[in-house]
Amino acid sequence: MPSQEIDIRYVAKLARIALTDEEVEVFGRQLGDLLGHVEALSELDTASIAATAQVVESRNVEREDVVSGCLERERVLEMAPQAQGVYFRVPRIIAEET
Amino acid sequence: MTQWESVIGIECHVELKTNSKMFCACPNEFGGEPNTKVCPVCLALPGALPVANKIAIEHMIRAGLAFGAEIPEFSKFDRKNYFYPDMPKDYQISQYAMPLTQGGAVRYWLADGSMKECRLTRIHLEEDTGKSLHAGTTGRIAGSSHSLIDFNRAGVPLMECVSEPELHSADEAIGYLEALKRTFVQLGISDVKMEEGSLRCDANVSIRPAASTELGTKAEIKNMNSFRSVHRAIESEIARQIEIVQSGGRVVQETRGWDEGAGRTHTMRSKEQTHDYRYFPDPDLVPVEVDRELVESIRTALPELPHERFARYRGHLKLTPAQATQLIEDAALGDYFDACVSASGHAQQSANFVLGDLARLANENRMALYDSPVRPEHVGELVRMVESKTINSKIAKDLIARMWAGDGSPAAIVEREGLAQSSDVGTIDPFIDEVLRANEKSVMDFRAGKTNVLGFLVGQVMKASAGKANPRIVQERMREKLG
Ligand SMILES: [Zn+2]
Repeated sequence: MPSQEIDIRYVAKLARIALTDEEVEVFGRQLGDLLGHVEALSELDTASIAATAQVVESRNVEREDVVSGCLERERVLEMAPQAQGVYFRVPRIIAEET
Repeated sequence: MTQWESVIGIECHVELKTNSKMFCACPNEFGGEPNTKVCPVCLALPGALPVANKIAIEHMIRAGLAFGAEIPEFSKFDRKNYFYPDMPKDYQISQYAMPLTQGGAVRYWLADGSMKECRLTRIHLEEDTGKSLHAGTTGRIAGSSHSLIDFNRAGVPLMECVSEPELHSADEAIGYLEALKRTFVQLGISDVKMEEGSLRCDANVSIRPAASTELGTKAEIKNMNSFRSVHRAIESEIARQIEIVQSGGRVVQETRGWDEGAGRTHTMRSKEQTHDYRYFPDPDLVPVEVDRELVESIRTALPELPHERFARYRGHLKLTPAQATQLIEDAALGDYFDACVSASGHAQQSANFVLGDLARLANENRMALYDSPVRPEHVGELVRMVESKTINSKIAKDLIARMWAGDGSPAAIVEREGLAQSSDVGTIDPFIDEVLRANEKSVMDFRAGKTNVLGFLVGQVMKASAGKANPRIVQERMREKLG
C-alpha cells in the first residue's frame, strides 16, 4: 500500500501527537513502508485458512470471581504525575460540553 | 397538519453484580474511599494483564437467554480506542464484532396492561470507567480548572444493552426500561440502581410522518438520572423536533444533554466528526468459546421472568394491571402471593389482603410482608373463611392484626374463640326477636312502608350477635318476620 493512502495528520490527531511538517513527511513514508512490507502477505493463498482474531490457540482463560488485595492508595497516588488529596488530578476535561 | 410518530431507541449501561471486577480481583462495590479499590490491572500499569471474570460471562448468558437472544458459540473482546482521563488505559475493553449475546426482545407492558415488545440489537460486555469530579468554579465541566479522578469504578463489569429503534413514546421507553430492570433484578445479575449509577441510559430520539417507514435524523439524549427524567427528556425532545420541522427547519444529528432544572435538552457536542474508535481484537485476552452445556444449564435454571409472571397474573389469575405490577416489582412478594393463592384457591381476595391490609401493616412496621410472622398458609385460611362467609370482613380485619402480632393460624383463633359467623337460623332468630321487641317504633315504621329502617334493624342484630350473625341470613329472616 503506497504511503499517500495514510492520512498521517488524522492518525496523529487520533493519537494526540503533534507533528511538524517534516515529521509528517518522515513518519508518513516510514508507515507506508511498513504497510508495504505487510502487503507481502497478500501473495499467500489464504482461501483455505479461517479468519482469526488471535494467534494463540488457547481459549476461555477465565478467573473465579474472587476478591484479593488492592494497592495502597498512598503508593498509587505517588505514582501519579499529579494528585490532589485522595484523587488523581488531570487537566480539565474539555470539549464535552459547550 | 402532519401527524408525527416518534421513534426511540435506548442504549443502556448496566453494571453487573459480581464480587470482583471484570478483569482483576479488586472488589466490585459501589462507593467507598476513593482510589482504594484499585490494582495494577484496573490502573493499567505497564505489564499488567487482564483475565476475564467467569461469573460476569455467565451473567451475560443469563441476560441473553432471558430475552431470547442468540448466544453465539464464539465471542471475543475488542479494544475501543479513545482518550478520556477516567479511562486509565486510553482504551476500553469492550465487544465489537462478536458480542456474547445477539438479538432477542424485551417484552414489557404499559399501565393499561397491554403487552409490547422491543427487539434488542445486542447485549455486549465491557468494563466501566472511573469517575471524574470537575473541580473549580461551577462543578460542571465548563469552567472547571482541572478534574479529579477516582478509579474505584474502573474495570467494573458493565453490559451494554442496545435496543432497536422500536419504541414510540416516552411511556413505551419507560415500560421497556422497567422490564429490563425487573428482569436483571429477578436474574440477580445487577442491582440496577440508577441513583448509584449501576444503570445509565441514553435515548436516540427522532420523528417521522406517521405513515412513513424511513427513520428521521436522530438526536442522542444524555444525562438522564432517573426514569422520571428519561420520560421528561424524551417528551421534551419529541416536542422540540416537531416544532423545528413544522416551522420549516431540519433536525441535526447531535448529542444533547438533558437539563433537569430547565426541563429541556441542549446541544452537547456536534456528532459530525464521528469518533474513530479503531476497534481491534484485544491481544491480551483469548476468545471465549461458550460451552453449550453451560448455556443449557443456565437456561434450565432461569426463574419465572417478570413478563411471564405478568401474563400469568393477568390471564390466569385475572388480577388488574396495577395489582400484577405491584406483585412483580418485588419478586419475593410475588412468591409469597403465589403461596397464598395455592393455600386459598382465591387469587383476587388474596391480592386484596396482600396488597391491602397486609401491605399497610408491612409498611407501618417497615418490614417486608414475607419476613413477618404472617405465613401464606394463614392468609390462605383467612381468605377461605371470608370466601365461605364463615367470618365477616370486620372479624377478618381483627384477625389480620392478630396474625401480624404472631397469634398464628386464624382458623384456630376463630375455632378457639367462637368467632365464626353463624348462618344457623336457630342461633340467629333469638337475636332478631330481641331486636324486634326492643324497637317497636321501627317495626311499625317498616310496616307503614318505610322499608329503609330494615338496614338499621339488621345492624342492631349484628351488634347483638357481636358480628357473628351472617347479615344475609339476618336480612332474609327479618323480612319474613316483619311480613
Ligand atoms: Zn483492579
